[in-house]
Amino acid sequence: MTTFLSLTFAGLALGAVYFLAASGLSLIYGLMDILNFAHGMFMTLGAYAGWDLATHLPATTPSVLTFAVEVVAAIAGGALVALLTEVVFIRPLYGKPLSQVLVTIGLDLAVVALLLGGFGANSLSLPVPLWFLEATHAGSVLLPNADFIALAAGVVVLVVLEWFLRRTRFGIVIRAGVENREMVSALGVDVGRAFTLVFVIGGAMAGLAGLLYTAVFTGDLLSPLQGDGLLIFAFIVVVIGGLGSIRGSAVAAVVVGLLQDYANYYGGQHAGFSEIGNLSTVLLLALVLEVRPRGLFGRAT
Amino acid sequence: MTYAIELEDVHVSLGGSHVLQGVSFRVPTGGVTALLGRNGVGKTTTLRAIMGLAPHTGTVRVLAHDTRGLAVHRVARLGVGYVPEDRDVFAGLTVAENLRLAERVEVPAYDDAFALFPDLADRLRQRAGSLSGGQQQMLAIARVLLNRWPLLVVDEPSKGLAPKLVGEVADALSRVATTSTVLLVEQNLAVVRRLAERVVVLDHGRVVHQGPVGDLDDADLARQLLGVAAAP
Repeated sequence: MTTFLSLTFAGLALGAVYFLAASGLSLIYGLMDILNFAHGMFMTLGAYAGWDLATHLPATTPSVLTFAVEVVAAIAGGALVALLTEVVFIRPLYGKPLSQVLVTIGLDLAVVALLLGGFGANSLSLPVPLWFLEATHAGSVLLPNADFIALAAGVVVLVVLEWFLRRTRFGIVIRAGVENREMVSALGVDVGRAFTLVFVIGGAMAGLAGLLYTAVFTGDLLSPLQGDGLLIFAFIVVVIGGLGSIRGSAVAAVVVGLLQDYANYYGGQHAGFSEIGNLSTVLLLALVLEVRPRGLFGRAT
Repeated sequence: MTYAIELEDVHVSLGGSHVLQGVSFRVPTGGVTALLGRNGVGKTTTLRAIMGLAPHTGTVRVLAHDTRGLAVHRVARLGVGYVPEDRDVFAGLTVAENLRLAERVEVPAYDDAFALFPDLADRLRQRAGSLSGGQQQMLAIARVLLNRWPLLVVDEPSKGLAPKLVGEVADALSRVATTSTVLLVEQNLAVVRRLAERVVVLDHGRVVHQGPVGDLDDADLARQLLGVAAAP
């Protein structure tokens, strides 16, 4: 039972990071019909932005403040990169979905290559507070402190995003645009501004996801390829949850995170089944596509 | 005479099909002008070209502004309310959110909208997707009344509605037409006769007749233009 509870907690933390990675992707596709392969780049550059700013702080033992600075830098870095991507590369290509896909893939490949050339693979370590590496006892269950941060970030972002989408005018524009972009324009609303905002929000969350993934799941090592690895699961979460649905992404992220953790532990112990966690996630995706192609919370088309 | 809408030699091609083949007509300011024709002759496409939703060549002037190069939201902001053929209310949004989305002025005329459609005032928190077809049509019309815009472009408002609701929607449009110019696409000729002063008839992507609504009293002409007998 103790093992099960530990796995559940770790799975929820993983799900929280998947949610951060997937929600922006889901909104961007839902509103703009863009399969944004540059989202992995947003995650990677967000993490590198956090690392870069942290290394410019006075050399002391990493503290909570250090991590707070990294979080702010990752969010701002992800948002800035997303803004530039939308304005410079995506906006001139509206109405050309294939070109948009190609340009986002090209951007992602170029940035990964530049980072590999500049920093190498797994050569940088993200400074994190010592508390991150410790664990908290909850009865007989040992819960890694870093998982608490991931979980808290996921919950906070979900609550803020839901509030934003339900209570603000921009949120209503985005939700309406996901349903019928053309009609929103016909009501006199400049959907282009909503496009840019959605990209910026998605980039900010991706930056945060990239940083947390590094801090919680990679042993603090930054890799130029980490965003792309995370992007695959983000796409799976988006499809299972339903394109354009934040709640769907949240539920699907938790399901995928838990499934992956349980499968890796209980199945991965057997010879030849070390990748059972990833396999089970893909099988779940196939099942959802077969039974409910629009995803758990996706709109009917 | 001033004109709310002017089309000159408008062409639209969709998926290789030449849907509008040089449409030219003018909608005078004030009252209701009905755009008529058989199914598939390009009525909805004409309205979409006016709104900038259908790529076109030729000249479209809305409220004396040439819409060439204007994005759809800029055309709407000239002062045009658009009620599309299938209502296109946002099903996942509440009635209140649908209305809020359409607000473009400092003080939206909610009183006007609720005076015409009091049912909506009681359903503000209801999801638009759970409204009946008639209620959705009322919401689609109410949405464009909030800004008291001078021009409304309304596509088949009676489509799929029960006769009683058709009467209610026609009543509402009749009152709206006292303050706004309305370009109306409508298959129900009884509604056209009641609301419109002028008719423009399309066939095969071209204007084939323009004149007062009384022209429809000529049964032979009505049958020839619309393929139906216009009952008096």
